[in-house]
Amino acid sequence: MVFRQRGRPDVRAVDGVGFSVAPGETVGLVGESGCGKSVTSLAVMGLLPRRGVRVEGSVSFDGTELLSLPPDKLRTLRGRELAVVFQDPMTSLNPVVPVGTQVTEVLVRHRGLNEGEARKEAGDLLRRVGIPDPSRRLREYPHQLSGGMRQRALIATALACRPRLLIADEPTTALDVTIQAQILELLKTLVAESGTALILITHDLGVVAGMCDTVHVMYAGRIVERASRHDLFGAPRHPYTGGLLASVPRLDQPRGTRLEPIAGSPRDTIPWDRGCAFAPRCPNRVEECTSATPELLGGHHGLRCFNPLRSGPVREVTPR
Amino acid sequence: MTSNGTAEPGEPAPPDGAAGSAGPAPSNGAAVPGEPLLSVRGLKVHFPIRKGTLLQRVVGHVRAVDGVDLEVRRGMTYGLVGESGCGKSTLGKAVLRLVEPTAGTVVFDGVNLALQGPEPMRRLRRNMQMVFQDPLASLDPRQSVESALTEPLRAHGFPGDRSKRVRELLDIVGLPAGAAGRYPHEFSGGQRQRVGIARAIALNPDLIIADEPVSALDVSIQAQIVNLLEDLQEQLGLTYVVVAHDLAVVRHVSDVIGVMYLGALVEEAPSDELYAEPLHPYTIALMSAIPIPDPEVEERRRRILLTGDLPSPVDVPPGCRFHTRCPFRQPTRCAEESPDLREMRPGRKVACHWAEEIATGTIRAAASAQDPTATEVGAPAVQ
Repeated sequence: MVFRQRGRPDVRAVDGVGFSVAPGETVGLVGESGCGKSVTSLAVMGLLPRRGVRVEGSVSFDGTELLSLPPDKLRTLRGRELAVVFQDPMTSLNPVVPVGTQVTEVLVRHRGLNEGEARKEAGDLLRRVGIPDPSRRLREYPHQLSGGMRQRALIATALACRPRLLIADEPTTALDVTIQAQILELLKTLVAESGTALILITHDLGVVAGMCDTVHVMYAGRIVERASRHDLFGAPRHPYTGGLLASVPRLDQPRGTRLEPIAGSPRDTIPWDRGCAFAPRCPNRVEECTSATPELLGGHHGLRCFNPLRSGPVREVTPR
Repeated sequence: MTSNGTAEPGEPAPPDGAAGSAGPAPSNGAAVPGEPLLSVRGLKVHFPIRKGTLLQRVVGHVRAVDGVDLEVRRGMTYGLVGESGCGKSTLGKAVLRLVEPTAGTVVFDGVNLALQGPEPMRRLRRNMQMVFQDPLASLDPRQSVESALTEPLRAHGFPGDRSKRVRELLDIVGLPAGAAGRYPHEFSGGQRQRVGIARAIALNPDLIIADEPVSALDVSIQAQIVNLLEDLQEQLGLTYVVVAHDLAVVRHVSDVIGVMYLGALVEEAPSDELYAEPLHPYTIALMSAIPIPDPEVEERRRRILLTGDLPSPVDVPPGCRFHTRCPFRQPTRCAEESPDLREMRPGRKVACHWAEEIATGTIRAAASAQDPTATEVGAPAVQ
């Protein structure tokens, strides 16, 4: 995917990212700001502007190619079969329309319910996502709801048509941890009960560890490591993944161990066609890293690295 | 402009001295020469809510900080945690009198700050500085780093060569000397936070209040700043109050942690003990809600889910302020009588009527929140 802006060199935001999600599966896209994880989700949903952006490749949903789908067909699919929850519910909800109307709108448009049925269904939805007193909340405007409740209302909207694919883009980043726990629990139940496929985009390794079946670690627009969560956290192979894990303090570890930060910042990068984008920050850098482009190799545990970590910095887990 | 070199500050120093590695017997007083540097008693910050255009009647108060006692010993780090809106940032600002406290006393190094007039207060401020969350917002975009660092030196009449001091400060926080002539937007987030820290330590303060010092930064950068703060404490003998919502970070840097809920401290404990054995129901729930980046651990954990949202600080619930969401709530007493922050055992303070019973397991969490089978949320429900 290439972003173009007149008078400036093209920006390659996402490059050769590929993954698949099965029904009832949760796939995680992890990475720091600017790594292209959100743009990937927008491209999948066809939500990027048509002008100035070139999207190449293929997005196949249950056999349908989404990228070449005409806009009206895509619109029918979106909301009904595909749904997305963004990080900031305040910008996703319309501030001048009551929450109820925003939920019923989806039901009327996609499930063909009449106004009365839709209101009843909307009330049920809000109750299911854990909003107390739903009939009152339906009449209220987004600003009258707390952050956690807004996010839950948004999830209710996304769930209104029982989508088969849900993309959650940093769904809990703006929320407090106790609310985060509630929302994650809700998403988990949803996946387990309805067999929805979930793509979870986050920067929080802890959230990934508790939620995802498969994890894709992205860096500078490409997937650098891909593994099941147990493999990824148990034995990370890419120096970036290992670095991320070593740089976050853990609550269940004894205190007093010094953190091992990754040197530099995500800005220190080289273009992928001249080598590995992570090379300038990489402790495992070898000569090849700045002269050739590493490929994503290996099926089950995919890796894009010339000199991976031998045995990852697996830390002893102290049983409690 | 690679900042590769900036990640390794001078010599590797052990994390915050002996205090952190106190080991099996965390004896606070023994490890560090710890006379209290800061002592806060009954601190309250209430913001009036006014209504009407002309008369501006006061119709209520936001009780942002509602009676907090705490003591920070010299050379130690006190961590304040809590969710958004619990008053932790307001408390930090009230200590420095950046917002005026409504009631209570703040004694800093033997001086009662509330009694100081504007000029003595201004002079005292050189000893207590603040590091803010978002350095892009707290640094003037049109002011070069040199100018930003010289300003406190000039304001407080720093004797000696100011530009030498600026170079020295840049070196201490791990920025190249060439950074002096540059502007905030030219730096990455981590480097900007280094500038913010350099400005805070410019006048050799005793106390630094750091309000969410790493939460605006990328994960890989957070550790750099955390390590820098620890090194500076070692080198300069600083005392920190770290205000943050990320408990893992706070626990990593702090010696003592205070947990705030709705304007009050509900628990205070040495940071090693807080995770091992949280005593207050809110702390228990908070700890169990924090995701740990390890699937093995996540699957075994028991999660206690709180229901509902944080009540408004305008309408603090009567009795125990946590009773509306507490999974361990007991009839009548919790709703009627407000528990004091009491010392349950040496070093462990908790504001709960039933802390002993909860600790021994006599009182269990309500079935909705905790059920031997239902709480195994880490279990692979998703497979």
